[in-house]
Amino acid sequence: MTEQMTPGTPGPPGPSPRDLAARSAHHPAVRADGSPRPPEAPVPASAPASSPAAAAETPRVQVTSPGKVRATGAQALVYALERVGADTVFGIPGGAVLPAYDPLLDSKIIRHILVRHEQGAGHAATGYAQATGRVGVCMATSGPGATNLVTPIADAYMDSVPMVAITGQVPSNLIGTDGFQEADISGITIPITKHNFLVTRPEDIARTIGEAFHVASTGRPGPVLLDIPQDLSRADIDYEPRTEPVELPGYHPVTRPHARQVREAARLIGESRRPVLYVGGGVIKARASAQLRELAELTGIPVVTTLMARGAFPDRHPQHMGMPGMHGTVAAVGALQQADLLIALGTRFDDRVTGKLDTFAPGALIVHADIDPAEISKNRRADVPIVGDCREVITDLVAAVKAEHEQGRRPDIGAWRAQLDSWRQTYPLGYDEPDDGTLAPQAVIERIGQIAGPEAIYVAGVGQHQMWAAQFIDYENPGTWINSGGAGTMGFAVPAAMGAKVGRPDTTVWAIDGDGCFQMTNQELATCAIEGIPVKIAIINNGSLGMVRQWQTLFYNERYSNTDLHPSDASLPPVSTAGKLAGTRIPDFVKLAEAYGCEGIRCEEAGDVDKTIERAMEINDRPVVVDFIVHRDAMVWPMVAAGTSNNDIKFARGLAPDWGGSSDD
Amino acid sequence: MTRHTLSVLVENKPGVLVRVAGLFARRGFNIESLAVGPTEHDEISRITIVVNCDEHPLEQVTKQLNKLINVLKIVELEPGATVQRELILIKVRADAESRSRVLETVNLFRAKVVDVALDVITVEATGNREKLDALIKVLEPFGIKELVQSGLVAIGRGGRSITDRALRPVERSA
Repeated sequence: MTEQMTPGTPGPPGPSPRDLAARSAHHPAVRADGSPRPPEAPVPASAPASSPAAAAETPRVQVTSPGKVRATGAQALVYALERVGADTVFGIPGGAVLPAYDPLLDSKIIRHILVRHEQGAGHAATGYAQATGRVGVCMATSGPGATNLVTPIADAYMDSVPMVAITGQVPSNLIGTDGFQEADISGITIPITKHNFLVTRPEDIARTIGEAFHVASTGRPGPVLLDIPQDLSRADIDYEPRTEPVELPGYHPVTRPHARQVREAARLIGESRRPVLYVGGGVIKARASAQLRELAELTGIPVVTTLMARGAFPDRHPQHMGMPGMHGTVAAVGALQQADLLIALGTRFDDRVTGKLDTFAPGALIVHADIDPAEISKNRRADVPIVGDCREVITDLVAAVKAEHEQGRRPDIGAWRAQLDSWRQTYPLGYDEPDDGTLAPQAVIERIGQIAGPEAIYVAGVGQHQMWAAQFIDYENPGTWINSGGAGTMGFAVPAAMGAKVGRPDTTVWAIDGDGCFQMTNQELATCAIEGIPVKIAIINNGSLGMVRQWQTLFYNERYSNTDLHPSDASLPPVSTAGKLAGTRIPDFVKLAEAYGCEGIRCEEAGDVDKTIERAMEINDRPVVVDFIVHRDAMVWPMVAAGTSNNDIKFARGLAPDWGGSSDD
Repeated sequence: MTRHTLSVLVENKPGVLVRVAGLFARRGFNIESLAVGPTEHDEISRITIVVNCDEHPLEQVTKQLNKLINVLKIVELEPGATVQRELILIKVRADAESRSRVLETVNLFRAKVVDVALDVITVEATGNREKLDALIKVLEPFGIKELVQSGLVAIGRGGRSITDRALRPVERSA
């Protein structure tokens, strides 16, 4: 066994890591009067309600604008951002947004983080938002700058992330003329934003910022885009901080659930024998983990947490059956399929959870609580629809269930619990260690989770590594698992981890990434190194687009069309350039990391995994990239093949669980 | 599939129509008729949309429409309880020989002549879809040179106003 760790070489000329860490520590923490900002109240990750969003309720910053002043539209923009509590903006300047960048230089409150690609700014804003519960802000110029934000905006829309994207637009008189760097970004983003604004008067900039933050962060959160023509930023106006609350006549999200519906839900709980709490990301958004736990323990009902809800309920809790869905546990999928009542909380019956919809949970009545009325009965008809904020819904439900208990209506669900426990014991998550001595990717991820612990934040890209990270890391706290669920955006991890680390600088942030994903957005390592954002990146490097390869293995007769990322002599003619390069690493991720001013480490042997992770944990003055070379044929199990029924789940290739004689329709 | 008439009250702002129409387009619904205009409140416009679709997808689109920040209120108008009108302008051939018969038809339908040329008259008619279809059918043999039709507009019968209530913030539920 050889020592495979490669120490990082000194970075390029420029600030030393020590300088960078110092800069990042100091820059944002200065008040308007120049005095240091008091350290943020510590956010104990173990207190469920406090992790994301707790700080969103109180203004966090002092405002530089004293009162009514003569200002440019751009200054008004910066004042308004400060006023709504934005402390971080991820972005890149350019022609149309240049005027807005000028006053940003003077802000003592807003830290602007210069990313290397606008997509990085968008995902970083998402990572920041998901880690803190506050609104993430990104900024770009017109045209290509704005269109580079489209992917992260779509991603944030799918996962209901509170984000405000600010784009410069060409001057008003050039709009619609195909002016240089013009793109109709408000038109482009209509279907992928909760709302967007094309500001037409400089006096409206500040008010619109207030509205954008309000819309992004209330109700069902989502991205809001603000497009500001360049001339508006340059115009002189009278700026006055707005004090009145935002009032939008067409926007009144319902947060209080209907009492009768809640009572009806409690009544169904009292009558059910096979109930399941089907928990989605809305519970994390609503900061309702403590309430969920109370409800679960009060009723004894088993819990499943979707991909977006990992951490909403402690993984080690005996009532937790794990994640449902395409790569869910047998116990979680079986629980949904054989339930007689689903209490669906902040979840949207996504196709990756339901499998073939008309065979999903065939015997179950549905209680569906969501803050978005459009989600209720969208995919599966709800027997008891409840519109409201999950925290309020669950709080009321707890009271209603207690009332049922007092009336003696407390069902015995012992047999159901025993059934699920037996499935959980018979079909635990597992994996095979490769017999050729290569690393099992699942083992690497599992060890990262065990060594970094449940207080760390884990951010994944999209693919096999994402599923393994969802399966093999124990999540005990909300806000500790960040991934691109709905959109499935490859390349999400590095910038999102960067954003999460900026939002929670005292928390260890691990990106679990694939080698395919990593190559889409790794330019942000430069941002991390220069801005002093010491994230840790684990590249689960199997040399291929692993999830696609898995499908090719299972459904395309092992014909590996265009999923090989490494030059390999097996699949390429030796005369090709790639054939001649067989055996080399392109790119060499350790060298790449070093080139970006990060620590680069490679790990290829099972015996080195722990010490590699421990070494990465010790480096906190710069980003660390660990290249874990893993077995390429590892597959994600269990699996419900796309478009098939959850009843046909396989816990390993060709192996179906024995449901133990109970009906599975 | 059934025919549905939706009245959508929206903020009178640029770009709102695109947002509303986009939601229908995304679902692949063909908008059969569309009419947009001001209301008695300067800040509110009213969009009347006629679509042919099933109940469940329509409910989905309605819920999605309700989520648009610029949409204030949506009401489905039942044909029985509403007055529904379209307007049509038709240029029909009417030479010396046929003119009197054309005018007779126009009078029968309580339509009116709004322009006269040497051998063509322009007819204006309002009514519901069935009446206008019938008029077109009867005028066709004379030779229709050009035809333009407005979107359908509709208003509920009785004394209540949907715009008044839209101005008050109301809690929506599923």
